[in-house]
Amino acid sequence: MMDLDPVLMSRLLTTITLVFHIIFATLGVGVPLMISIAEFIGIKKKDPHYTMLARRWARGFVIPVAIGVVTGTAIGLQLSLLWPEFMQVGGNVIALPLFMEVFAFFFEAIFLGIYMYTWDRFKKPMTHWWLSLPIVIGGAMSAFFITTVNAFMNTPEGFEIGGDGFAAINPLEAMFNPATPTKVFHVLASAYLTVAAILAAIAAFGLLRKKTKEYHKKALKLTVTLTFIFAIFTAIAGDVSAKFLAEYQPEKLAAGEWHFETEGNADLILFGWLNEENEPEGVIRLPGLLSFLAYSDFNAEVTGLEEFPEAERPPLWIHYMFDLMVTIGVFLLGISFLYLLLSKLKRWNENNKFMLWMLVLSGPLAMLAIEFGWIYAEEGRQPWILRGYMTVEEAATTSPYVGWMFVLFLLLYIALGVIGAVVLRKVFKNNPVEDELEKKYPTIEKGDK
Amino acid sequence: MNYEIIGISVLWLFLYGYLIVASVDFGAGFYAYYAKVTKKDHIMNQLISRYLSPVWEVTNVFFVFFFVGIVGFFPDSAYYYGTALLVPGSIAIILLAIRGSFYAFENYGSKQSNLYMFLYGATGLLIPASLSVALTLSEGGFITEENGKVALDYFALFTSPYSWSVVFLAIVSVLFISAAFLTFYAARANDVAALKLVRKYALFWATPTIIAALTTFIALGQHNERHYQNMFDYWWMFGLSVGFFMIAMWLIYEGKRYGLAFISVMLQFFFAFFGYGVSHLPYILDPYITVYENATHESTGIALIIVFIAGLFLLIPSLILLMRLFLFDADYVKGKK
Repeated sequence: MMDLDPVLMSRLLTTITLVFHIIFATLGVGVPLMISIAEFIGIKKKDPHYTMLARRWARGFVIPVAIGVVTGTAIGLQLSLLWPEFMQVGGNVIALPLFMEVFAFFFEAIFLGIYMYTWDRFKKPMTHWWLSLPIVIGGAMSAFFITTVNAFMNTPEGFEIGGDGFAAINPLEAMFNPATPTKVFHVLASAYLTVAAILAAIAAFGLLRKKTKEYHKKALKLTVTLTFIFAIFTAIAGDVSAKFLAEYQPEKLAAGEWHFETEGNADLILFGWLNEENEPEGVIRLPGLLSFLAYSDFNAEVTGLEEFPEAERPPLWIHYMFDLMVTIGVFLLGISFLYLLLSKLKRWNENNKFMLWMLVLSGPLAMLAIEFGWIYAEEGRQPWILRGYMTVEEAATTSPYVGWMFVLFLLLYIALGVIGAVVLRKVFKNNPVEDELEKKYPTIEKGDK
Repeated sequence: MNYEIIGISVLWLFLYGYLIVASVDFGAGFYAYYAKVTKKDHIMNQLISRYLSPVWEVTNVFFVFFFVGIVGFFPDSAYYYGTALLVPGSIAIILLAIRGSFYAFENYGSKQSNLYMFLYGATGLLIPASLSVALTLSEGGFITEENGKVALDYFALFTSPYSWSVVFLAIVSVLFISAAFLTFYAARANDVAALKLVRKYALFWATPTIIAALTTFIALGQHNERHYQNMFDYWWMFGLSVGFFMIAMWLIYEGKRYGLAFISVMLQFFFAFFGYGVSHLPYILDPYITVYENATHESTGIALIIVFIAGLFLLIPSLILLMRLFLFDADYVKGKK
């Protein structure tokens, strides 16, 4: 193990940390918004079901926050431990949003503690609801700042290279680089979409088990509506991202779309696989659609992968990541739309078994799409860690012990994931919603659970 | 005052904040576990749980702030410390992860798990021990750079009397600071049984703390003559530190003004910590990194300072609200809310 290449092991360790952390980072951004919306509706409609939703989502939020905090700390330190040369260089330019992200998270953590332990403490319920807003804002700002850092890695700006290093640095230019708008939009929209889908999956599962029908129906209607709304936003963000890639990172777009030659009226290639000669087979070809996607013009010329030196091309397998991500995104949009459509048509039961199972599937699929998306984004930037300036190999640690650290962290993440899931299940299993509803809101009709 | 000194002062202040907040957290966790194994958990755990529950996620942020800031203000830190600290840093991360997660697991999921409580308590002592390695390295003699490669001399680290004295000081300090805080908190809660117990701990750990401080001071003299001599230029800071320590001990021993006693403990560590830090200048890592030669670009440094000031306007009111709701609300502390 100790003989393995430090660059490879650094990449693998960063990968497992990111893959694991992103689950909790996504929940950390999205869940507070859902809690806030549910609590607000519960207060305004004077409907205890929505308030109970907010309480239980908040309780379930603590475990993911704990794991998110510790894995976020891990990735923060690992930037320096695994990629010391990148941080030596990047630290001069991109320290600002990293610094601001800590403040945003600090703000979020303080109010999370306050919010969690002040249910029923204030005379006016709205006072408690107001305390949820800093958490929503803090979570979004945290995601914003950390995403500007990732954006900077793709389109580095805000500095000039002089004879002995950096000749001029503009921290704001570095932060608001060309990749920032599309990336932030995409990260936030997809986080909210994913969380809405996960909470919808939980509600659908509750209905399948024929528990507390009214409560779960309200939860499902709310979360599917939000899923649909954020699926639209995510689709728009995806479209904007494609246009960004065409202009600023054409090699990523070309590798992801298996687009090898520069040509107008370029086809969009879906699915398929690569044969031994690394040529695409079994693909679905949509005429001219890649040109339209990239430039809103079916005849536009799209740069092919052959324009780039072989050493500077991302791996072709990112195509699969892209296809999986987009397919899931379309599924989420379609299934939520279908549910809402059925709920409008009197002769159909939108809570039928088929729909419920599709919605149960939506949650895990949405999280998978997030992971596929990040793998696409990170592998698509290869071989660069700082596009055009520093390769991954140049940035990696030279320490021979990375392999052992990889094993240690892998074991840690497995343990945290398993135990976290077990504990989370126990939190709710020991306190069923019908019991809690009866205890907290005895005025609810007995039959209306 | 230039932005390099402002930068390092800001970071040191946050590290001091982490020192205090984390010590309370780590020590409380250890005491909770110790109370369980000595069958005194009925006395202790209600008290500790009411303190820790609303604030546990905040503790880590002070730490993250420091290391994000040190790389931001002094990017060369990433290169030297990043490479050298891969193993001890990773171990610290894993311990922090275990602690942060298992607190939530124990508190919210399984009320009776001794394993979770053990993991939570044990990491409370192991984390300060592993994090203190970074301060030890800063004194020089442990990091080498040959052929453009940075390496940590593990043998030198493990056989250095200074290294072990720092570990010892870190552990006993955590226990002392935490006991002093819990004494104040128990008094405020009118929890007589818990007060008697934690007051005993505070009195007990006071002596090892001052002995460890003296031992570390002497060991530093053998390890880094330059820093040792500089400390005498700031003798008044260490004198104040001892003075506040004595005030704290007297108040705790007499059983009065526990809040003032804890503030005295905080000031004891404030003056010692800043005395140590200011006498360490200009080095961040002897002999590779100084605050002047290795600071970040001026525009970045100024931007960071501006953000820091703006951030304080956000953080300070938030922290005040947190303290008013949970620390200084007597009814909450007593368990009535």
